[in-house]
Amino acid sequence: MAEGQFKQGIAAGRLAQPQYADNFSDLHPPFDRHEALVEADRCYFCYDAPCMQACPTTIDIPLFIREIATGNPLGAAKTIFDQNILGGMCARVCPTETLCEEVCVREVAEGKPVQIGRLQRYATDTAMAQHKQFYERAAPTGKRVAVVGAGPAGLACAHRLAVNGHEVTVYEAKPKAGGLNEYGIAAYKSVDGFAQAEVDYVTAVGGINVQHGKALGRDISLAELASSHDAVFLGMGLSGVKALRAEGEDAEGVQDAVDFIAELRQAGDLAQLPVGRRVVVIGGGMTAIDAAIQSKLLGAEEVTICYRRGKEYMNASEFEQDLAASKGVTIRHWLQPKSVIDAGGRVAGIELEYTTLRDGKLVGTGETMLIDADQVFKAIGQSFDASPLNGSGGSIAMEGGRIKVDAEGRTSMAKVWAGGDCVVDAREDLTVAAVAAGRDAAESINRALTSNGRA
Amino acid sequence: MADIRSNFVGIKSPNPFWLASAPPTDKAYNVVRAFKAGWGGVVWKTLGEEGPPVVNVNGPRYGAIWGADRRLLGLNNIELITDRDLQTNLREMKQVKMEWPDRALVASIMVPCEEQSWKAILPVVEETGADGIELNFGCPHGMSERGMGAAVGQVPEYIEMVVRWCKQYTRMPVITKLTPNITDIRKPARAAKAGGTDAVSLINTINSITGVNLDSFSPEPMIDGKGTHGGYCGPAVKPIAMNMVAEIARDPETRGLPISGIGGITTWRDAAEFLALGAGNVQVCTAAMTYGFKIVQEMISGLEAWMDEKGHRSLDDIIGRATPNVTDWQYLNLNYVAKAHIDQDACIKCGRCHIACEDTSHQAITQMVDGVRHFEVMEDECVGCNLCVNVCPVEGCITMEPLAAGSLDQRTGKVVEPVYANWTTHPNNPMARQAAE
Repeated sequence: MAEGQFKQGIAAGRLAQPQYADNFSDLHPPFDRHEALVEADRCYFCYDAPCMQACPTTIDIPLFIREIATGNPLGAAKTIFDQNILGGMCARVCPTETLCEEVCVREVAEGKPVQIGRLQRYATDTAMAQHKQFYERAAPTGKRVAVVGAGPAGLACAHRLAVNGHEVTVYEAKPKAGGLNEYGIAAYKSVDGFAQAEVDYVTAVGGINVQHGKALGRDISLAELASSHDAVFLGMGLSGVKALRAEGEDAEGVQDAVDFIAELRQAGDLAQLPVGRRVVVIGGGMTAIDAAIQSKLLGAEEVTICYRRGKEYMNASEFEQDLAASKGVTIRHWLQPKSVIDAGGRVAGIELEYTTLRDGKLVGTGETMLIDADQVFKAIGQSFDASPLNGSGGSIAMEGGRIKVDAEGRTSMAKVWAGGDCVVDAREDLTVAAVAAGRDAAESINRALTSNGRA
Repeated sequence: MADIRSNFVGIKSPNPFWLASAPPTDKAYNVVRAFKAGWGGVVWKTLGEEGPPVVNVNGPRYGAIWGADRRLLGLNNIELITDRDLQTNLREMKQVKMEWPDRALVASIMVPCEEQSWKAILPVVEETGADGIELNFGCPHGMSERGMGAAVGQVPEYIEMVVRWCKQYTRMPVITKLTPNITDIRKPARAAKAGGTDAVSLINTINSITGVNLDSFSPEPMIDGKGTHGGYCGPAVKPIAMNMVAEIARDPETRGLPISGIGGITTWRDAAEFLALGAGNVQVCTAAMTYGFKIVQEMISGLEAWMDEKGHRSLDDIIGRATPNVTDWQYLNLNYVAKAHIDQDACIKCGRCHIACEDTSHQAITQMVDGVRHFEVMEDECVGCNLCVNVCPVEGCITMEPLAAGSLDQRTGKVVEPVYANWTTHPNNPMARQAAE
């Protein structure tokens, strides 16, 4: 019987026990004080800084780095939290290489940006380790707001509302708060239970009651929420997964990548978590990368990402692609799934068709190839499940399958705002963008409930 | 939350951070931007007499020195006082003060050393509603050649005379700005006090040449092949300024005289150090000229955070707290014995401590132990000089550890005495022997 990496099929315990802790340790270990000071010293304190403009939450990056440089990490943390109360997680998961650090003048000039993400982590970690709370709640307004979903958008919205003196109830379908921070991000980006520590830090401001196991459309309805609260914020994220549209995708061993990632994040013992010997991941975004890398780290012998377009079209950043490559993941381009090879109801491989661009349209060339696989992950995107909104009495206008909102996050339904991945807006589907959406919606709700911010 | 509101000789400002009289405060446009950014006050760029304004050079006014990463460490300038018409300045000052009543606005003045000149300008300045005046006795270039600026500041008798005129002809508080281009800063401070000044401010800039072009052999900044000394400022001058502030703060003759601290203040920490040494507030220029007015946000947030952390409620809790600890060499405790200690876990084995000690000090740090590269202090040779600490690239790796009373100093073979004893009573001091005889 083959053992370890060479066990056939989907199996647990492919690695020696100590290897798991090593493989899933912090991707970017935290700066110590000296490292933080040296890195902070590299910041030029640019005027109207490009990094700040590139940040979806518009954190005053030069100011917080200067505060670190002058030995005031708590001041730095406040500068960050003023704009982004989930600045701790964003410091870990933001694709800084395509945001602040991409436009850092030192990146442009010398190819070595100031490591803004790690500096942000240094400041926020310092404050959170001291349980330092920077905000006091305004006098109670007597207004009650329902927030649906305790993900980044919902938490940011709830915090800003609570600070403004409103009473917030967060309805969360899952047993834990945090949304994708808790269930969706690669484990090596959020070690030591950081997502829950951050939820505790955010809710410690008071006035935020999180009710778990409350799913919209199952346990609560939008109409009820709207009638029993002064305002509602929907931050439900995306719960649907797009199908491969390949023959045989119901075979055992074909799985949604998001479920695999969630299972991994919640696993008590990674050695108990089964993974295939040969894994194929279909997709080109962050979820595909996270699923592929973590499969490899769990001991899969061969992991291949197949993406239907070229490298330059991948949603995953170049850094993430390089990270995958460095962990031994193979990334193949211009391949789309055609059929899942089924051997007795189980996946044995996947047949893929080469693709090309013809007159600007992606088409199959007709030529196919086979990759052996005993596990196939679907990571070709998630979709908004609108069904929980049904029966809400009023109707919420949708656009492109997601909730339609105006510039302030208002939906077409009175008293109801929305933000984060579940809406269609100009923002990218990123944690940091969801935080910005939740925060801005909270400000809009506050204005609406208090006649321009005054209770 | 710490209260950082400032009251300096009756001039109130929301924080102790003022912009010094210099290019950043030359006109309303800049000053309004500064107030919007959060500065507590400004000292308006020095006004001269009515009449044709001074002219500036039309080439470089500034020279600089930098760290390896182009961090600006020192700046010098050969700019003169305001080159704008007096009436324009007065009109703008009045307007700005009216629009920003909670901020301090102080007028810097430099006119010839004649009573009539001072008598003429003071009422028109007072009419603007300015909170006070600062006498520019510091500017070391250009104006000093015409008998003003540092030429006055270097003659205590002139200082006293002009201060007296000002106290006579205006009700506004008088702040006397001192030049560091003098041997003993206490003399001009005493003179200002004798003249009745409400406060002194220091330091103005230091005579300097920032560099020499080795192709053209002209000093920098260069104007058509020639250069002149400029006034040096920025982080590099802070230690000089702090000593001068401390000297005035602890001088029995000037003790208690309010001091506005100036010289290289760039961060909240610099400001806190000046305040601790006895400055009642601080003035900033080079940091703003390097990074823009926004840096005051860091200063405010940093000062508040530090005061909160330490439990200081107001500026009065920190002003002058370090002054009593500044003393003469002769009063330092010679029974205090410290030895360097190298944290072997933190040591990166660069060897700089060893070679500094071996070549230039006391041969007290090993290089090799049992054939292995290893740097360790030999306590029987270490005099506790601190050079190794200062050259070590790793902060906190080498520390100075005081020996406890009663323990043996291996270098001298003596037991560390528990009592304070200084040079004045030391047996090697001939003066001490004389006193005993």
